[in-house]
Amino acid sequence: MSTATDTLEHDAHHDDHHHGPAKGIKRWLFTTNHKDIGTLYLWFSFIMFLTGGAMAMVIRAELFQPGLQIVDPNFFNQMTTVHGLIMVFGAVMPAFTGLANWLIPMMIGAPDMALPRMNNWSFWILPFAFAILISSLFLPGGGPAFGWTFYAPLSTTYSTDSTALFVFSVHIMGISSIMGAINVVVTIWNMRAPGMTWMKMPMFVWTWLITAFLLIAVMPVLAGVVTMVLTDKYFGTSFFDAAGGGDPVMFQHIFWFFGHPEVYIMILPAFGIISHIIPTFARKPLFGYASMVYATASIALLSFIVWAHHMFTTGMPVAAEMFFMFATMLISVPTGVKVFNWVATMWRGSMTFEVPMLFAIAFVVLFTIGGLSGLMLAITPVDFQYHDTYFVVAHFHYVLVSGAVFSIMAAAYYWLPKWTGVMFDTTLAKWHFWCSLISVNLLFFPMHFVGLAGMPRRIPDYALQFADFNQWISVGGFAFGLSQLIFLALLIKACRHKGEPVSDQVWDGAEGLEWEIPSPAPYHTFDTPPVVK
Amino acid sequence: MNQEQTPPNTSQEQENSRLVVKLVGIVLGMFGFGFAMVPLYDVFCDLTGINGKTNETAAVYSAPVIDTEREVTIEFITKTMRGMPWAFEANTQRIKVHPGELHTVEFYVRNPASRDIIGQAIPSVSPGTAALYLNKTECFCFNNQPLLSGEEALMPMQFYIDPQLPKDIEQFTVQYTLYDVTEAAQGVAEAQAAMGSK
Repeated sequence: MSTATDTLEHDAHHDDHHHGPAKGIKRWLFTTNHKDIGTLYLWFSFIMFLTGGAMAMVIRAELFQPGLQIVDPNFFNQMTTVHGLIMVFGAVMPAFTGLANWLIPMMIGAPDMALPRMNNWSFWILPFAFAILISSLFLPGGGPAFGWTFYAPLSTTYSTDSTALFVFSVHIMGISSIMGAINVVVTIWNMRAPGMTWMKMPMFVWTWLITAFLLIAVMPVLAGVVTMVLTDKYFGTSFFDAAGGGDPVMFQHIFWFFGHPEVYIMILPAFGIISHIIPTFARKPLFGYASMVYATASIALLSFIVWAHHMFTTGMPVAAEMFFMFATMLISVPTGVKVFNWVATMWRGSMTFEVPMLFAIAFVVLFTIGGLSGLMLAITPVDFQYHDTYFVVAHFHYVLVSGAVFSIMAAAYYWLPKWTGVMFDTTLAKWHFWCSLISVNLLFFPMHFVGLAGMPRRIPDYALQFADFNQWISVGGFAFGLSQLIFLALLIKACRHKGEPVSDQVWDGAEGLEWEIPSPAPYHTFDTPPVVK
Repeated sequence: MNQEQTPPNTSQEQENSRLVVKLVGIVLGMFGFGFAMVPLYDVFCDLTGINGKTNETAAVYSAPVIDTEREVTIEFITKTMRGMPWAFEANTQRIKVHPGELHTVEFYVRNPASRDIIGQAIPSVSPGTAALYLNKTECFCFNNQPLLSGEEALMPMQFYIDPQLPKDIEQFTVQYTLYDVTEAAQGVAEAQAAMGSK
């Protein structure tokens, strides 16, 4: 993509118009600046990542040995539940929204997001949502313990009163996500620089546009289903209660109608990020740009017709199981197109292995492993064995941790010099990468084996024959958790602007509007739109 | 800032507002769709029978051709939900029938509790596809069942299997789950009494 801009010249003329940011806490509370809000989202998601990670450490400590040692089963269940909720809604989704805030306006040549005040709201209600969720752990009887999927009747008949807090916090998270998604769609739709046609948009912008539509379509369904749980529990309705004519299996249908598109919400922006990083460090344009766009769109559309593959064991008729099995397998076609394109981009490129590229390559390999175990789970008869075992846990952690989370880290390393104006500490970064890479595999790979051997998920105790593997898994878990403290140290250092100043271009193979503005990115960019050729 | 740019900005803002209104419309529509899935699910399951629910009102026995060539095994199992103290058993636990024949089976209930209780039985057929072919002409599950403290009763269920039952189904299970609906049923009864309709 060849672009030209008169930003630099323009900035010099208009410097007197540019207020800097306000001082102190008010800057962050009242900001409507997309870069400030992006920063807030990213730090919030990192804090949530460490919080949810600490809960995972509790889980791994308990599972280090068979038998019950450290926590009682009810608290263990609360940890698995809240770990899942925090990682999905608090870490991965806000991290992508933060990246969208920082990058989309800079990538499409817009001065800010389209709806800056709503942007401020959509961030600032999030801390309240998670304060409510985490405070529920301190109620008598404890917090939600029914798994992040809150299946009825676990969440209705058999739950404690913390369910009300859980429902309200999910409502707030949902409103935040919907507002963020509307903002992204309006920004991309209306505020692209002249000349930036649909098929010239950077891949990150494309994948986020599609993600935003998925969010707008399914977050309201999540809001609906938590509302039904609330009214079933407190107001005498019987949506999921067979005694009153309802059906608990219907809960699973409505939940997974939201839940399956949700997992693509957590991976499509990652596809976009990787599609920026690999061309930069392979010094070749992205192979098959148009097919990438169409593949993303088809994955999004297919995500609406595969939800029941989470429910193969609920007793569906064979015809329905066949339909959901084949529809699910169909998704591996567009996903395969993407992996093929990334590999083809690297093929005969002048590759160098800077830290963002290391994470991007790890993403491609490890995400593909997760995709392959997903394909195994899609096979209905096989799923009867794998269902609710650690094999499933291995699968979704490969796609979410070494997939989505690695892509977020790759993005942070890739764009951090542009944000801060200095190169991050590459030694620490390489330590962070290699420690994370080794520990994440030690953590999740043996889960395939214990899962195939029949170790069930969400249980605080296990049969003796799983003890050795579980010790390895726990060691990997602790190592992965500690490795993230390296990342924390690196981020703090970078945010204090300690390091070598970088050029505007930062990476010599990088292309796109965000690399044509100064480093660090000024508080206001593209007050006058650049011209995209 | 940049107030001098107001003319282009206002038209941009109008466009933004129009798009926001449309997107909010989708959000509200999908929120409604979440709830619309409830009746849609029921209709879909009624048509296909895939959630194992049987007919809720009495079927009429129209003396179909009895398929003496085939024999289908039906198993009856019973269950009481949490908080329901009744003893509840199927007197016939297993029966072999020819499709089209009319049969009656009985279920035994006893209320050992010191209070009067109204029970409601909910049937579920497994595999679910068989539910469409189980036609009940008479069933205790069509109404709720009151039992005084210490009282016992035999509850009949009369049914026939539709001869159209797919050939691959040679056996299926009917489970009745008994719920304590005393509070809900009394509420309805009091409301009806208040309206003078009963």
